[in-house]
Order: sequence, then structure tokens, then C-alpha cells
Amino acid sequence: MKIIGLIVAVLTGGLLVYAAGDFPAWSDPASPASTYLSPHFIEKTIEETSVPNIVTAVLADYRGFDTMFETTVIFSAGVAVFLLLRTSGPKTQQTRLYRHQLTGVTVRIKEGAELPPSDNFERIDRFWTPHDLIIKTVCRLLIPFIQLFGLYVIAHGHHSPGGGFQGGVILGASIILLAISHDLRTAIKRVAEKLDAVLCAIGVLIYAGTGALCLLLGLNFLDYKALAPVLHVDSIMARSHGILIVEIGVGVAVMFTMIWIYSNLSSGGKYNQGL
Amino acid sequence: MADIVSTVVDNYNYWIYITLMMIGLYAIIAKNNLVKKIVGMNIFQTAIILFYVSIGVKRGATIPILEHAHGSHGYGVVHAAEYVNPLPHVLMLTAIVVGVATLGVALALAIKVYNEYNTLEEDEILAQIREE
Amino acid sequence: MSSQYPALIVVVPLLAGLLVFIAGWVNKKWCFPIAVAALGISAYSSIGLLFRVINEGVIVYKMGGWDPPMGISYYVDHLNGLVLAVVSVVAFLNAIASKRSIEDEFPDNIGAFYALYVLMVTGLLGIVVTGDAFNLYVLLEIAALTGYGLIAMGGGRGSLSALNYLYMGTIGACFYLLGVGYLYIMTGSLNMVDIARILPDLYQSKAVMAAFIICMVGVWIKMAFFPLHAWLPNAYTYAPSASSSLVAPLVTKVMIYVMIRFILTVFTPEYSFNILAVSQPIVWLAVIAIVMGALLALKERNLKKMLTYIIVAEVGYMVGGAWLGNRVGMTGAILHIVNDALMTLCVFMAVGNIVYKVKGADFENLQGLFRKMPFTMGAFVVGAMSMIGVPPTCGFFSKWYLISGAIQAGHYGFMVALVFSSLVNVVLFFRIFEICYYEPFSDHHGHGDEHGHHPEPAMDEAPVTMLVPLFVIAVILVLVGLYTGDIVNQIIDVAIPKGLV
Repeated sequence: MKIIGLIVAVLTGGLLVYAAGDFPAWSDPASPASTYLSPHFIEKTIEETSVPNIVTAVLADYRGFDTMFETTVIFSAGVAVFLLLRTSGPKTQQTRLYRHQLTGVTVRIKEGAELPPSDNFERIDRFWTPHDLIIKTVCRLLIPFIQLFGLYVIAHGHHSPGGGFQGGVILGASIILLAISHDLRTAIKRVAEKLDAVLCAIGVLIYAGTGALCLLLGLNFLDYKALAPVLHVDSIMARSHGILIVEIGVGVAVMFTMIWIYSNLSSGGKYNQGL
Repeated sequence: MADIVSTVVDNYNYWIYITLMMIGLYAIIAKNNLVKKIVGMNIFQTAIILFYVSIGVKRGATIPILEHAHGSHGYGVVHAAEYVNPLPHVLMLTAIVVGVATLGVALALAIKVYNEYNTLEEDEILAQIREE
Repeated sequence: MSSQYPALIVVVPLLAGLLVFIAGWVNKKWCFPIAVAALGISAYSSIGLLFRVINEGVIVYKMGGWDPPMGISYYVDHLNGLVLAVVSVVAFLNAIASKRSIEDEFPDNIGAFYALYVLMVTGLLGIVVTGDAFNLYVLLEIAALTGYGLIAMGGGRGSLSALNYLYMGTIGACFYLLGVGYLYIMTGSLNMVDIARILPDLYQSKAVMAAFIICMVGVWIKMAFFPLHAWLPNAYTYAPSASSSLVAPLVTKVMIYVMIRFILTVFTPEYSFNILAVSQPIVWLAVIAIVMGALLALKERNLKKMLTYIIVAEVGYMVGGAWLGNRVGMTGAILHIVNDALMTLCVFMAVGNIVYKVKGADFENLQGLFRKMPFTMGAFVVGAMSMIGVPPTCGFFSKWYLISGAIQAGHYGFMVALVFSSLVNVVLFFRIFEICYYEPFSDHHGHGDEHGHHPEPAMDEAPVTMLVPLFVIAVILVLVGLYTGDIVNQIIDVAIPKGLV
């Protein structure tokens, strides 16, 4: 296999090096890619969509159809991971372990038995290890600010680097950080599995639904101009608002899909304490 | 001679992307461990992202966000030469997302394979299959 | 509403995929109706669109209202109109047929399974309908990712073969993406028609040649063209019935459509066949693909795996036909996309019924099936006849075009390979018929055999929901065969540019 791999890599590399000889020089302002379509995007975006961040405008409007499917890609990955890994065994295992948080005593509960009524018990797994106090505290302090920043990145995507994907990933990472610093059960208490899964779909649905709404209002799919009468703005601002709506959809979808994929992967689909 | 050297040096982005890509391709084909193959696959995808981003670079231009854009329509004339090409950035956002999604599914499949055979080494798995 | 057909074809399944998934968490009963309704609307729109294209010519649909080179546009001509109709009809029929087996195999995750199923159809339809090279890549990945999930649900070796498929599929898709990048760096455009407009000035460029080769290799990996086919047989064999009868007829065929689209529209036939001058070696590769596929199929003792090797051979038919470089061969290749999708669906649906009842597709499981499942086997015979190429069924006609194309191009190796593979198919399928008809039914439950003779096995047919779609597809096989003349004259002949003679 090693020799085949080497031969394939060398042949492909040779072809690519051979072809690279004909490329326009790197960073050449006169290359076809820089002179054909991109000047239109750079010069007309503000007139046509009223969004200063050209990447956002191209992403969510000129090529918004790509972006919708990009969100769908991540949603399908979430569904595929869930379908592959999630074990739907009996909800209660035969024996469960609980740890009394104040004393550190571990209690074994047999099948059908009840836990003594107290708030201080924490469900643990056999491979439980104590958590570091410093990490737990620092993360707890950081997470609200991370989430605030995530919301800012989504909302300010029109004017600065950012947008739905970036903000969604930051928001998702905040919950994943909670799962890493505490354990997966703590994170699932905040974002239940069913809620998580449904919100993934709803995020994509916001995007596709906006497009379908444009179609129902009589214009082409994803033509945000159609939203102008609904939003009470002119047709250029309607594009800007349309971009914001779909970016929020993307943010929701990406955030929850990231959490969903993480919880399935880190626990092997068992939804126990995770990593 | 100096011409060729300067062409080669000026276009270093292209050579780096080709090298990275070949490392990834070699790893997918030659490595025995399934997770190492996944790592190779990711390097392969990243190399393509580098290639696309290299297309977008323009000498003397800045990031494609119009300056002084807050407030109403006081932008004046926008010159295309001042901003880099936004299209490759948009395309690569898509490619990055696709890469993450593929990675997630690949890892899920690797977990399933591990549960099935208790190993991630390809030769050991194939030996187990042959024994059946 | 008919002006919105191009969008509806893709968007309705997409919305339905999301709704089905939500319904899976709320009430599982809604999953099946939503999925089937959406696929039905999609099939209806694509057939309506095909007739509009026949009457009015090429239809361009601008997504978001942006003009083509700026935004993404859908570009529907006779070629993809035809493929769209086939893909959506196949997906629709298979969704109805696989209801029972999905409910049996994945009782807890019906919603997620249907969501992946419908999204995969969305991806495949999107690949066919789009006129934007990069948009095609995104949809390629949707179809691929959902496909990995659907295939790996087979359990056992399913996950390992799906992982191998994932490695190969990702390399293929990345090569395609790289090829598109090469086209973009040379032309600055991503719209297929626009690229085709700019390219003629650049035909001497090495980078454009590399772009063509890289795209082709990427697509060949995805369609399992012979030396790159290793992932296909295991992936399709170990997949659950519902997935394999969706994936097997459609994925390879859609990728062949992409190849033909690149040969005909993005690059002109002039460039692909005359300037590059690689047709001969590629047709010889196709010859090897056909012969090897046929030989490997002979060796298999499992019906499903045998069929997967036949798919490898069929891919060779279509690649070879397309690369013969003449009009008749191209007609044969396009017609064979249609016919092969339909007949693969027919045989895989029949295998699905068999697996549903007998719980296996090894040759030992098949004994006595003609008595046990006469209707399923009847439809299977129609599908098999079509695969062999017996006249009233459609398989004969596309093979006829392919062979005439080979003779016209003077490529007798390809002709011999086609005849050889048909003969091997005769052997393969009549061996199955023999087992199913003559060998007595072996009762795995071990009762009824006490008196030393084999009892007449009771008829134990698959449920009606599985039989009706199977009959529909068997009838379609014959109908398409009878109306081949119309399909070729009114659709395929218009789809191929005048330059190709």
C-alpha cells in the first residue's frame, strides 16, 4: 500500500505542478479571478444589498442558495452521526452509581431501587474522575462572555467579520466547553437532547422557510426583495434584513448541530458523562 | 535562471498547497490506522482551502469589508482594486463546513468500527474478517 | 406555479426532510406521509418540467433573482430534464416500496432515517438540476454524507465499508472541487454555461487540461469506474435494503450525468474528443471495467453482491459509450442512464422483497423462491431480462445504440466487451433462475420435513405496498423499451450538441 500511495501521490503532484506553470502569478491584480466577477461584487454590493461586509453579502445573498445547502450539509452530518451512534437501550441501567457531593461517598442503586431524597447526589459512571476546581470555576465564569460574543458575531456580521457560521460555532463551543469542564450530563441538563435535535432542524427551516416565503410571495426562491412589503422597508433594505434572518437561522442550526455531534461522539451515543 | 527562481519563489503558495495535498493523499492511501487516514483526509481538504484562498489574494488590497460603512449611504466610489476577491472566501466557508461535517461522520463511523472489531488497525480488521 | 418547478423539485424535498425529522420526535406516524408526499410533488414537478423543456427549450431559473454569472442559476435542458424525471420517479417508487422494511429495521429512528433518505434525494436532484459548478459540489457532499449514514446502518461490515466509501468519496469530491478551482482561477467564473463561453480561448492551457483531468478522475471515483471501484461492492452489499435500492440505481448514474455534462456543456465535445485525444485509452479502460465487472460477478455467491459487480460493469458501458466520441455512442450512454437506473431499481427492489421475507440473499436462501414469491420473482425476471438485453425491455435498446456506436467508431474491443458482458449476464441470471425454480425450497425453520419428501412450499409473498411499486417499475421497463424511439428523437437527440456527429 505504501508504494501505491507514493506512486499516486507523486503522479498527482506532478500533474498539479505541471499545471501550476500556467496559473496567473500569485496575488496578481490582473488575474481572471480578480477581474471578471469580483469587481462587480466589490463595487455593487452596497448599492444592491446595503451590506458593507461583501463576504456576508455574497454568502447569504448572491450565493445564498449554496449557503442554504451548506447548512443542510451540517444538519445531515448531525442526523447521520445520531443515526449511527445513538443507542436506544433501556432508559435505566440495571445498577446506577451516585456520588454524594458533600461527603464524596459513592452510592450504588440497584435496579428498581430509589435514591434517598436529596439534592446533593450526582449521577456518575464507573470511570468517573474528580474535576479540577480551577478549571470548573474559570469555565463557569467564561461561558457567559463567550456566549455574548457569539451573539455579537452573529448580529454584527453585516459590518465586521462574522456571521451565522462563526457565531454559531462560538455559541456551540460554549456549551461544549461546559461539557468538557464539567461533564456531558451537566451540559445535557442545559440543552436536552430532543430540544437540541429539533432546534437543528428549525435552524435550517428558518433559512429554507425564508426562501420558500419569497417563492410564495411571487418571486424566485430566496429573492429577499419579496419580503419588502412584509418588513415595511424598501427592496434594498429587505435584502439586508433577509440576510440577517437567514444568518440567525444558520447560527441556530450550527450551534445546536455542533453540540449534538459532540454529545454523540464523546459518549459514543450513550449520553453518559462523556469524555 | 533568475527568472525561473523568482517565479518559483513568488508562487510559493501553489507549491505549499500541492505539498500538503500530496501528504494528505499519501496518508489516506498508505496509512494503516483508520484515524490516521481521517487525519490525512483533513489535510487533503485543508490544502484545497489554501489553494482557493490563494486565488483570492490581490497585491495591495485589504479585506473585503467596505470601510467607513456605518451610517447611511456615504461610501463614495468603491474601487475594486482596494479589496481582495470575496468569492473564494465565500466558497471556502462552504468547504470548511463540509470538512467539519465529513470529519464528524468519519469519526462516528470509526467509533462504530471500533465497537465492532475492537481495533482501528486496518490489517487487524481485515484479518478478523478473513477468519469469519 | 409551473415557472417555479425547477425550485420546487429541490426545495420541497429539502423542507420535507426537515419536517420529517421534527415529526420523528413528535409523532412517528407522520414521517412516511410527509416524505412520500414531498417526493411525489418533486416527481410531478420534474415530469412537468421535462414536458416544458420539450415544448419551450432550455429553462434558466435564477436563484435569489440574480443574473447567472453573479448568482446561482438552475439550468434545465433536455439532458438533465430527462435525468431529473428518472431520479425523482425512482426515489418516489422506492420510498413507497421500502416503507415496511424501514419500519421493521429502524423502529426507533424512523424520523432520522427518512430525513437522511429525503435529503439524499434532494442532493441527487440538486446535482442534476444545477447550472453552477460549485453548487454541484455542495450538493454532491449532501448526497455523499447522507449516503454514508444510510449505508452504514446495515450493521456488521456495513460501517467499515461505509468508512472506506467515505475516504474514497471524499477524495473524489475534493478532486472535483480542485478541478473547479482550476477552472475558476483560469476563467474567473463558476457558472457552467459562462465557463463554456470563456474556455475556447484557453484550450491550449495546461491548467485547463489539468482541470478537466482532475474533475474526470474525481467523478470516476464517485461513480466507481473500474480501477477506482473498490469501495462500491461492499458498501452496497452491506447496506440495508431501503438504502441500497436508493443508492445503487441513482448515485453512479447521477455521476455519469455529471461526466457527460462536463464533456458536452462545460467543455465542448470538440475539446474532449479532438483536442485532448484521450478517448481511446478511456474506452479501453471501460472495456476492462466491463470484462472485470462481469468476471467478478461470476465468482460471487450472494445475489446482492453479484448485482453490485454488474453495476461496475454497467458503469463501464456508459463511460465507454460517452467516450466513443460519436453521436450514437453518446445517445446510447444517455439512454442507458435512464434504463440502468430503472432496471437496477427493479432488481434491487426485488432483492429487497426477498431479503424482507427470507432474511438473506445468499444463493442458498433463494431455493424454491418461484413458488414462494411468484410475483416478486416475476418482476425480477423482467428486470433481469432488461439487464441481459432481451428486446421488448428497455435494456436491449440502449445496448443496441452502444454497439452501433462502437461499430461506427471502429472500436471493436468495446463491442466485444458489450457482447461478452451480455452473455455473462445470461449465465448469471439463469443460474439464479435455476436455483429459484428447480432447487427445492429449504425450510430454515426445520419443520414439515418429517416425511422424507419436500412439501410444496406455501406462498409467502411480500406485502402489497412492496409489490405494487415493483410491478409499476417492471411495467415502466417495458414501456420505456416500447417508447425508446420517442425518447431518443424528442429528448436525447436535442440534448446532444450539433457539433457531435
